Amino acid sequence: MATDPTVSAANEQNRLNQTAEKIVDPLVPAPYDNDKAVQSPRSGLRNAVATTTTYLVLTALSVIVLFPIYMLLLRALSSPLKYISAGQPLYPVSIEWDVFNRAFGQASLGRSMGLSFVVTFVIVIAQVLTSVLAAYAFAFLEFPLKKLAFVLVIGTLLLPIEVTLIANVEIIRKLHLLNSVPGLTFPFLVTAIGIFLIRQGFLGIPRDLRDASELDGYGHLRFLFKVAMPMSKAIIGSFIVIAFLGAWNQYVWPRFATDRGAWQTVQVALRTIGSENPGELNLGFAAAIVASLPLLALLIFFQRQIVRGLTAGAVKG
Amino acid sequence: MNTSPLNPTEQAQGESAQVTTVSAPAKAQTRRFGNKVRDAGLAYLFLLPALIIFGVFAYYPLYRLFWYATHTQSRFRNKPASYVGLEQLKASLTSNDFISGLTHSGLYMLYTVPLGLLLGVMLAVSTHRRLKGIKVFQTIFSSTVASSVAVASVVFITLVNPEIGYFKNVPWLSLRNPTSALFAVSLSSVWQNLGLTFIVVLAALQTVPDELIEAATLDGYGAIRRFWRITVPLISPALLFLGIVLVVSALQAFAQIEILTGGGPSGATETLLFKIADPRGIRPLGVRASYSLGLFVLTAIVAGAQYSIMSKRVHYGD
Repeated sequence: MATDPTVSAANEQNRLNQTAEKIVDPLVPAPYDNDKAVQSPRSGLRNAVATTTTYLVLTALSVIVLFPIYMLLLRALSSPLKYISAGQPLYPVSIEWDVFNRAFGQASLGRSMGLSFVVTFVIVIAQVLTSVLAAYAFAFLEFPLKKLAFVLVIGTLLLPIEVTLIANVEIIRKLHLLNSVPGLTFPFLVTAIGIFLIRQGFLGIPRDLRDASELDGYGHLRFLFKVAMPMSKAIIGSFIVIAFLGAWNQYVWPRFATDRGAWQTVQVALRTIGSENPGELNLGFAAAIVASLPLLALLIFFQRQIVRGLTAGAVKG
Repeated sequence: MNTSPLNPTEQAQGESAQVTTVSAPAKAQTRRFGNKVRDAGLAYLFLLPALIIFGVFAYYPLYRLFWYATHTQSRFRNKPASYVGLEQLKASLTSNDFISGLTHSGLYMLYTVPLGLLLGVMLAVSTHRRLKGIKVFQTIFSSTVASSVAVASVVFITLVNPEIGYFKNVPWLSLRNPTSALFAVSLSSVWQNLGLTFIVVLAALQTVPDELIEAATLDGYGAIRRFWRITVPLISPALLFLGIVLVVSALQAFAQIEILTGGGPSGATETLLFKIADPRGIRPLGVRASYSLGLFVLTAIVAGAQYSIMSKRVHYGD
């Protein structure tokens, strides 16, 4: 996202020469835009028409993207039976503001949210630790059978939980770990993606730096914590965010590694909350809103990390 | 603090006094050769947690899947299973049940991947411009990243549920009709994945150099030709990556099926993973293990493509 200020200044100048009335938003990272108006200088009127059209298209697209969310809010707040008898309109009917309280009280949303937090934190912390250690071994240490070890790590990309699901459920059952935090987390304490990403970050650290810290008397541990990890902060940060996203959103594993309601994570609980009683349907919709709040917070506060984490495989650097 | 101990792992302060006299290059050499064994030991120590977890929860389960697929389980848990060789595996993978699961998963892919990519590109291109307030639109379009598969499914209950959904009377979105149910479910995935595709495509668009577009403009390329000849080739790695991600998530569709249709009507939305997970417990373990191995082969093909793309990018990276 960081662009060379001199280059972008020159670009700015070019653009301003072409279309003086162009609006420049310095917050937009894109140094270039596809807007035709930039290329062929037009009259102010045609430009205004183009801009208005763009806004109309963007607004229409926004409505399509946001409509499902609006419907969720609407259904969560409306009294379910009255909403249906009112003919399911596009506006709320006899709003029940206490729906969130009731979801926490009657539907024990609090417990499943708490469990989701515990499970997510355990998974994220463990994944960062194990990934950093393994990545260090692959990036900075020589050892026999290194290639084989790496193949074994990457090979697990072929074995996602969906493939090994039924065997893993039997393993957890045999270990008497059904309905437990260890049972919910054990298969996810390590991830090949994390090892691979952080290893790439470590490989970007110049060899000279490694040699210099060696001469300064840094051992491997000190080098890892004082040099390698701080220098890979960005990549580790992005990995933490996407690991949180993945762990929080899990459905298949917690669904089958538990068979008691009390051990349902919030994602799994969404399936049943409010579904028994038509008069309480809105509890389920309210629960879905609550379940996405942590990710919404993540999206707001760690936007950069999310973008970097999600694009790690797609865009180089 | 900077007097260097010989061994890099133990920060032995006691030794440091003895080595301060050794010259720097000599130190580096002794350390590098003297520590081979220690380095290897440290490497294995660092890899141990990863290898244990992968061994117990990835590779051993794969072996167990083969075991289950080659044995028939007695209905009673305490009776021993009997070995049947590849018979059960063959029968399962050629059964109509498996083929229909495969078909549904394939259709799910067909419904979600092209449409998802197309919409993602549309949203990204339309916000990849300098315009007042564009950030607001960018935030809106990336917002579905905050919804999980389960949340997206609950969201779509409000839209397509046969009793309470807003579009319950739209025939091509009906969950009651076996021919439209899977498509209606797939829209929840398209919507849920919009945020991801939007973010990735926008990031890719932002890496397209200005100079290239400007040069093409000077050469008389119109906007459409510029898009197809320059932008699309340059963002194709991102599109390929997204294609793979979307294929994988289609292959692993489960929560949306369970929450929206429960596999119905009459099994019309039972994807491969739904039959494997088998929430109603209809299929024997051996059959489900055989299906899992089928899913394994499909995953291997996709993951193989993914890895070759990822490792290629490492080369370009330096």
